[in-house]
Amino acid sequence: MAKMSFPSELLPVAEKILKNYPEAQAALLPILHLFQNRDGYIKEGVDQIVADYLSLPLIKVQEVLSFYTLYAKQPQGKRHFQFCRTLTCSILGGELLADYFGKKVGIKPGEVSKDGQFSYEKVECLGACEIAPMVRAGKCYAGPLNESKIDKLIQEKSHV
Amino acid sequence: MSEQILWNFLANEDALSMDNYAARGGYEAARKVVTSMTPEQIVQEVKQANLRGLGGAGFGTGIKWSFIPKNLNKPVYLAVNADEGEPGTFKDRYIMERTPHLLIEGIIICCYAVGSHRAYIYVRGEYDQSIARLEKAIAEAKEKGFLGEQVCGKPFKLEIFVHRGAGAYICGEETALLESLEGKKGFPRLKPPFPAVSGLWGCPTVINNVETLAYLPSIISKGGAWFASLGCEKNGGLRLFGVSGQVKKPGLYELPLGTTLRSIIYDYAGGIPGGHRLKCVVPGGLSAAVLTADEIDIRMDFDSLKAKGTMLGSAGVMVMDETVCMVRALYITMRFFAHESCGQCSPCREGTGWMEKVIARILGGVGRIEDLKTLAETAKYLSGTTICALAEGAAMPLASYVEKFYSEFEHHVRHKTCELKQELVHA
Repeated sequence: MAKMSFPSELLPVAEKILKNYPEAQAALLPILHLFQNRDGYIKEGVDQIVADYLSLPLIKVQEVLSFYTLYAKQPQGKRHFQFCRTLTCSILGGELLADYFGKKVGIKPGEVSKDGQFSYEKVECLGACEIAPMVRAGKCYAGPLNESKIDKLIQEKSHV
Repeated sequence: MSEQILWNFLANEDALSMDNYAARGGYEAARKVVTSMTPEQIVQEVKQANLRGLGGAGFGTGIKWSFIPKNLNKPVYLAVNADEGEPGTFKDRYIMERTPHLLIEGIIICCYAVGSHRAYIYVRGEYDQSIARLEKAIAEAKEKGFLGEQVCGKPFKLEIFVHRGAGAYICGEETALLESLEGKKGFPRLKPPFPAVSGLWGCPTVINNVETLAYLPSIISKGGAWFASLGCEKNGGLRLFGVSGQVKKPGLYELPLGTTLRSIIYDYAGGIPGGHRLKCVVPGGLSAAVLTADEIDIRMDFDSLKAKGTMLGSAGVMVMDETVCMVRALYITMRFFAHESCGQCSPCREGTGWMEKVIARILGGVGRIEDLKTLAETAKYLSGTTICALAEGAAMPLASYVEKFYSEFEHHVRHKTCELKQELVHA
């Protein structure tokens, strides 16, 4: 297979990131974030591109990708919802509200809605227990949640 | 609230910009250290302040700094632990989102004291707003001459970089954080060598929590003795208590170390809503042993809670009322630790997963009476058999929930139902 080269549009940022560290491997997580942000998930072949770029063995990239939960291995909806399921959120009804969201949008955790708009998962504590039960909707934190707030979040098309 | 330090900057977003922060006396402490203090004087002041590591371990900050070897031919690094992940904790997010310059000023003071010219702020990946605001604040500070080739016009070079995590609770453990910063999976390191001797890229490294650093400007401005006097014996100053769960006013409260748990719950967080009774409290993040309603007249400082078999930790206070099923609460807790165990040490990797399954079957009405003994015994095997403290953090709630609420667990097993009529929560 032909060697895929590092995407030119990400190159300037990647070069800048590399300068922040005395060793290239330290740029691995930030550079993977560039791909995650651009594509919404880590596409097939990205591991090899990044390994080549940083002169790392492929396995070093793959073990990082499999270790950290924020690198999505499958495409997500345009708006990905992460519902907290840890203690404070859960005792205040967070998991049931996540189920409500899933029913409302017609998907299960890990699935993408047919229009490509939504996906969701239940995750561990997001560090916002004062607004429990809460969700990270795209990049925004929202809470305290109830069913009508979830309805509203679903309608907000512009939500990033 | 009585005296306030951080809350003066956190109550709203007034202190967000460089100009507003400076208008409140911001960067005066940084100027003071680089123009008129020696590193030794700063370390002395911080030791006198009895400032403890507020990430949760409670180690003396000044003592930690003094472990950095002098006159080594290697760079010294500061790694700021902003990987806030202990469930129940949200204080560092407030600091980074609302007063990023306060953290930057704390970093300047720390770096000057330990002779570091480069700091990395390791922020958990989900904190987009914290990351954006920190990056903006760093650029502002650079522009105004507080960072860069010189700090406040003095020949002290300092650069700060924000490093984004990628979703792993374990990276809040300081050596896992270093591994992650180096671009690896977050496996905690064996100690020794300690990070002060061999940390980032084999160089001496100080790892301090966001809140710990945020208290430094006030200590420099008003003195270590003043700060120490605000707290209690060996526990200097104030700290941010994050109160959540079944209270009327969940939120962040800055209070003296040594304030009683009862006062935090009833005087500040407004007590229990809905006419319900308090059942129990997790006093210091999910890893802490649970306290029952009649154990809350305890002073919230590192030493008092340790003596009671639990811990102050990250001061994430999670309050549960009488409607909460303890089997379910422990299931949620163990599901967390099983999910977040990094997998390096067998007792933790296997133990947390087994415990999650055993508790799930008790919760689902198919538990066996001998399961209760298994839970208690496994808690013992989880402690002290692993590289880092995650397994111990799982063992503390495990042992305490089963011991203090044994009858609830027994009821689930014998009657195959919950006496509180709670349904099984599916994973």
